[in-house]
Amino acid sequence: MRRAVRWARAVRWYLQELTGESEYDRYCAHRHRHHPHAPLPTRRQYEVLRAHHRETNPQSRCC
Amino acid sequence: MPTSTLPETDLPAPEKPRMPLRSVLLWTGVALLGAVAWGVLALARGEKISAVWLVVAALGSYAIAYRFYSRFIARRVLRPDDRRATPAERLEDGVDFHPTDRRVLLGHHFAAIAGAGPLVGPVLAAQMGYLPGTLWIVAGVIFAGAVQDMVVLFLSMRRDGKSLGQMARDEIGRAGGAAALIAVFAIMIILLGVLALVVVNALAHSPWGTFSVAMTIPIALFMGFWMHRIRPGRVVETSLIGVALLLLAIVGGSWVQNSSLAGTFTLSPTTLVFCLVGYGFVASVLPVWMLLAPRDYLSTFMKIGTIALLAVGVVVAAPVLRADAVSDFATSGAGPVFAGSLFPFLFITIACGALSGFHALVSSGTTPKLIQKESQVRMIGYGAMLMESFVAIMALIAAATLEPGLYYAMNAPAGLLGATAESASHAVAGLGFTITPDQLTQAAKAVEEQTLIARSGGAPTLAVGMSEIFSGVFGGTAMKAFWYHFAIMFEALFILTTVDAGTRVGRFMLQDMLGNVWKPVGRVNWKPGIWLCSALVVAAWGYFLYTGATDPLGGINQLFPLFGIANQLLAAIALAVCTTVLIKSGRLRWAWVTGVPLAWVVAITFTAGWQKIFSDDPKIGFFAQRAKYADAIDAGQVLPPAKSLDDMHTVVTNSTVDGVLIALFLLLVAVVLVNAAVVCVRSLRSPGTLPTTEAPYVESRIPEGAH
Repeated sequence: MRRAVRWARAVRWYLQELTGESEYDRYCAHRHRHHPHAPLPTRRQYEVLRAHHRETNPQSRCC
Repeated sequence: MPTSTLPETDLPAPEKPRMPLRSVLLWTGVALLGAVAWGVLALARGEKISAVWLVVAALGSYAIAYRFYSRFIARRVLRPDDRRATPAERLEDGVDFHPTDRRVLLGHHFAAIAGAGPLVGPVLAAQMGYLPGTLWIVAGVIFAGAVQDMVVLFLSMRRDGKSLGQMARDEIGRAGGAAALIAVFAIMIILLGVLALVVVNALAHSPWGTFSVAMTIPIALFMGFWMHRIRPGRVVETSLIGVALLLLAIVGGSWVQNSSLAGTFTLSPTTLVFCLVGYGFVASVLPVWMLLAPRDYLSTFMKIGTIALLAVGVVVAAPVLRADAVSDFATSGAGPVFAGSLFPFLFITIACGALSGFHALVSSGTTPKLIQKESQVRMIGYGAMLMESFVAIMALIAAATLEPGLYYAMNAPAGLLGATAESASHAVAGLGFTITPDQLTQAAKAVEEQTLIARSGGAPTLAVGMSEIFSGVFGGTAMKAFWYHFAIMFEALFILTTVDAGTRVGRFMLQDMLGNVWKPVGRVNWKPGIWLCSALVVAAWGYFLYTGATDPLGGINQLFPLFGIANQLLAAIALAVCTTVLIKSGRLRWAWVTGVPLAWVVAITFTAGWQKIFSDDPKIGFFAQRAKYADAIDAGQVLPPAKSLDDMHTVVTNSTVDGVLIALFLLLVAVVLVNAAVVCVRSLRSPGTLPTTEAPYVESRIPEGAH
């Protein structure tokens, strides 16, 4: 049972990392480390930033 | 994949550590197992063998290659240094650059390189039998494809994630750099056109397939709004909802097919072309979060899920290979799917899975900016490519498990097969295989398609093969039609994602190039510039898509060699950059590691290109074909498979365009190669090493054991 929980957590962690769901937390941590007093964006604001970033940095997918 | 269980001890060690006895025994065992499997494949003549032997032979070879050859490349040739900070660490900004867990990055990189390519090429190449294709996929990936991916990734990582085009300009020169840039753009256009053609051929006259693929658009829009507006950033839950909706859409397709809506979704190839072109334009100008991003997530989940399912299916169902090991077409070169002899045409038909130049663009894109430790280029560059190669092997298995008669009835050009089951059966008999009209009708009925005749492009063949394998494991014959459309959907999804993303990348490249001529076009947020460049890119690949869909000689049969040559030429550019850098940095002794694959890929592409331009055989040479049809037009004749003089003129135009394009590609790559050779000679003549653009050493602060 404990093992199953651990596996489920690992899978969840992997998927969140893979899809970039955990990017927001990492971005906040990074901002906080370098500019401790600057306000952090909300999740919603961050998604707008991220979408804009994807807009201007297209990545090719292979065949 | 064995990659995750392998020890990571590839740091340069002061003295040679002896391999522990247990490892010696383990690797001897792996080598023996692989050798036995290859032996079975080589010696089995006349009897049908199980596909499991192919899987074992491939996996055994991959394991040995990863453990020994990739380690050799890392230790001797590239010499990664884990005490050196990677760009992800030095330039960390929380957005583009950040040290990423290597397992996550492997997934990322794999999702970016693997798409429909490794699924299509091997299916077409199955006309030469399963053995030549398997040998090239396995040997090609070990000595060329994975090497290219790993070395390009390493070089780009040492240059703060520079793109292939920039590296070509910096390391080779301005002429070579400019030629490389134009070649990349032109090659991408061909690639998008051919991939879109695969979708058109898979969806034509198939209401079930068309409905379920069309449904991906509202599903993606819903997902986009959900994770952008309603639950910002919840990607995993949104993707799971999306996948569930997608499965519903496949099931719904069956219902639509049998309802009054069927007519609405039964589209001709030409109509589908216009739908795809329109879709491509809209998708590339809409905000990314609406369509592109959610579709990308959906495609990633489907990709990983389906590939895992296929691996399980192949191992559990252990299907028998029904195709010949080496068919007569391998030597005669008169195969109906693609013309030309084994050398060079097998090697350009199977690109992705063995050696794919397009990967160099991904390996010099996002991935190098995310690597945590230098030595991880081995697992991410080499390892991910081995995984893609395995996908190609499974596609080959799926095609080789089909009855050869059915395979040819699906993949020969429509002009040869005719429209009815009788004519197709007759034509297949003419090729030396048998399938009765009744069997052909039954096969179509089993997957609930109107017809399977001349469904070229690889996707339908793979889908039939996958439905056979899957239905043997999950659900039985009742599920066959579901699995068929599942496979079609998943290929179409990959391809449409590539088309979206490729159109956008192409637009940026075009804006960049045109921006040099007229400044405003280069501005990334000037709307008219965006629309103009998007329209130009879509029109360019749309042209090839349209000619492919209407070509009397069969679009895939005509265009696929062009696509293969283009992709392999890109590999030639990438390997030329790698070899030049190795020589410039004083590693002439190891330059063969990329130099030999470079020589090989130049040999196959230039031979193939030469034959496509100069061959007297109208089946192979584009200009011979043009002459044949032009002469007939002058004489007022209509040559089959053309049905009218209009068709004849279409053939003349298409073969001229294709021939000129191949000549242009060869010329561009020749410029890069000559420029690279000049730089190499200059480097060898100069007493020291020539300057390269590697970023300076900075000590890493991430502890070495942390990863």
